[in-house]
Amino acid sequence: MAKTTINADRCKGCGLCTTVCPKKILQLSKTVLNAKGYNPAEVIDMSSCIGCAMCAKTCPDCAITVEK
Amino acid sequence: MAVVFEKTRGLTDAITHYCPGCGHGIVHRLVAESLVELDVLEKTVGVCPVGCSVMAYDYFNCDFIEAPHGRAPAVATGAKRVLGDKNIVFTYQGDGDLAAIGTAETVHSATRGENITIIFINNAIYGMTGGQMAPTTLPGQVTQTTPYGRDVKTAGYPVRVCEMLSTLDGVYYAERVTVDSVPHINAAKAAIKKAFQNQIDGKGFSIVEVVSNCPTNWGLSPAESMQWLRDNMLPYYPLGVYKDKDKEGTK
Amino acid sequence: MSQQYMMKGNEALAEAALRAGCRYFFGYPITPQTELSAYMSKRMPKIGGTFLQAESEIAAINMVLGASSVGARVMTSSSSPGISLKTEGISYIAGSDLPCLIVNVQRGGPGLGGIQPSQADYYQATKAPGHGDLHILVFAPASIQEIVDLTGRAFDKADHYRMPAMLLADGALGQMMEPISFPDESEEMKLPEKPWAATGTEGKRKPNIINSLYLNPNKLEDSVRARFERYETIRKNEVLYEEMMTEDADLVLVAYGITSRICKTAVKKARAEGIKLGLIRPVTLWPFPEEVISRTAEHVKAFLSVEMSMGQMVDDVRLAVNGKCPVRFFGRTGGVIPTPDEVFDAAKDVLASAGGDK
Repeated sequence: MAKTTINADRCKGCGLCTTVCPKKILQLSKTVLNAKGYNPAEVIDMSSCIGCAMCAKTCPDCAITVEK
Repeated sequence: MAVVFEKTRGLTDAITHYCPGCGHGIVHRLVAESLVELDVLEKTVGVCPVGCSVMAYDYFNCDFIEAPHGRAPAVATGAKRVLGDKNIVFTYQGDGDLAAIGTAETVHSATRGENITIIFINNAIYGMTGGQMAPTTLPGQVTQTTPYGRDVKTAGYPVRVCEMLSTLDGVYYAERVTVDSVPHINAAKAAIKKAFQNQIDGKGFSIVEVVSNCPTNWGLSPAESMQWLRDNMLPYYPLGVYKDKDKEGTK
Repeated sequence: MSQQYMMKGNEALAEAALRAGCRYFFGYPITPQTELSAYMSKRMPKIGGTFLQAESEIAAINMVLGASSVGARVMTSSSSPGISLKTEGISYIAGSDLPCLIVNVQRGGPGLGGIQPSQADYYQATKAPGHGDLHILVFAPASIQEIVDLTGRAFDKADHYRMPAMLLADGALGQMMEPISFPDESEEMKLPEKPWAATGTEGKRKPNIINSLYLNPNKLEDSVRARFERYETIRKNEVLYEEMMTEDADLVLVAYGITSRICKTAVKKARAEGIKLGLIRPVTLWPFPEEVISRTAEHVKAFLSVEMSMGQMVDDVRLAVNGKCPVRFFGRTGGVIPTPDEVFDAAKDVLASAGGDK
């Protein structure tokens, strides 16, 4: 049981997290725009999250918090 | 549930001005985490450069000095000579700052063996001014000021900083790392932490060169830029430890 | 009576700086200030200070920037071509509101010029010591004793106003020897607190940022305006000058530094012949003693600015006089020192052309 929280206001939609997630459960939102006009990353299947924090470690904007 | 990962208190809450996918943000985090984990954040004085990371003082939660372009190692020298062992002094510099306009300050702070830590971001281009040739721009690489590709016959060859500095007796530690993948990011963190630990231990001049990306001025998506870095930068700038006096016998 | 010493200007300046509590010196060798660095290199290690020979004047001034940023009383010294290299750092130091002392033992220019005394860096020191809107305090000693006295004052004023101060000497003052005494050392020196310095937060305050960058033009303008308000206070309170026989003078010479001493001889010579010369000697070049010159312009026939340059300070004399009477210039340059007779002759020419009573 793990939880990944993405701070949509900090996210710049670079997508690097989506490329490193071993479970492929991250994507850039197709509907949400944040205040800066970016499509932030979102978790599409939290139940599959293993809490490895690969996403957070590659995030250049410290937008991701991971709990386990 | 326990927190596995959250933003370090070594960084402020400010959202950086860096472009999406820029490696500066990753390296900022690694530096800030290292300072917190070594319990020296509160006695650290950073020196920021001119270039994309000119406003690094807004992002780190410690005292900072903004240096003129290329002069950060001289500024750090002055600060460290006054503060001595009780404080940590580091510079954070890009390739134009460290390897072009500030080459003399870099080489001489290194050869003096100043007990400072230098974090050097090499992304092979001038980011802040909009993508001109850097001293580390690769042969053939297209930039705003090498529109036909860097022609080494007229624009010369790139500077390999770690290789160059490793020839100096004053350098204690020089390592080149990158941030294109999580394993490499972890290794970069270890190198940065070591470079600060060396200063804490009074060992002397330590530099970590981080091969990084510039998606905006390379004209690539963040993910593509990481691949370009792997395909083009790393062959020219091999990762590894170029100097570590810890591992040298007494000569 | 305090002890008398016979010292070269460059060495006296160094000793005065040490006695003023300066423990950090960053420099690069250049004639004719070299004895200053050499003296520091000998003394600093003995008193727990730092002498560092930098790789260039650019590096030296930026070491000064770093040391000042963390609260140190710090200085550098050079001569004309080296000061040109330092101007970048001086601008950043001024823009970051940092105190420091910069010594310029002037030599002839432009370019490599020569190594003989000169006063051709007046414009640089007072008008454009770096890019941008800024001033630095400029002190112009005329004797070795005054070098000693002004060195401590320059450090104190730099700290007080958080800005760079320059001691503008020349090759003659740097090289010549005179008897001097140092200020009373019985009082324990206490350097001012610098709560703005970047010495680590210690977890007790928000980070201190030493910076001259303001991307928002309104904020940049605010910061420059605030600095210029301080400059106004300085113009009111920090002007120093010496007057000699100006009350009844027909012609007043204006000269600073070593040149003022030549002018004093010329004034005495003229007076012996019944010619009413006087002298105003600016001790601070910025702020410039414009008020006394303006006042004196009410009752003299003319001014003669005497400089070891092609005429730089004369502009400030003209601005101060503001058309009330003629302002003329006499100078030698490139390291040629004018003689009292030359000055006297020039003064007589000016008086002849200035004509009638006032």
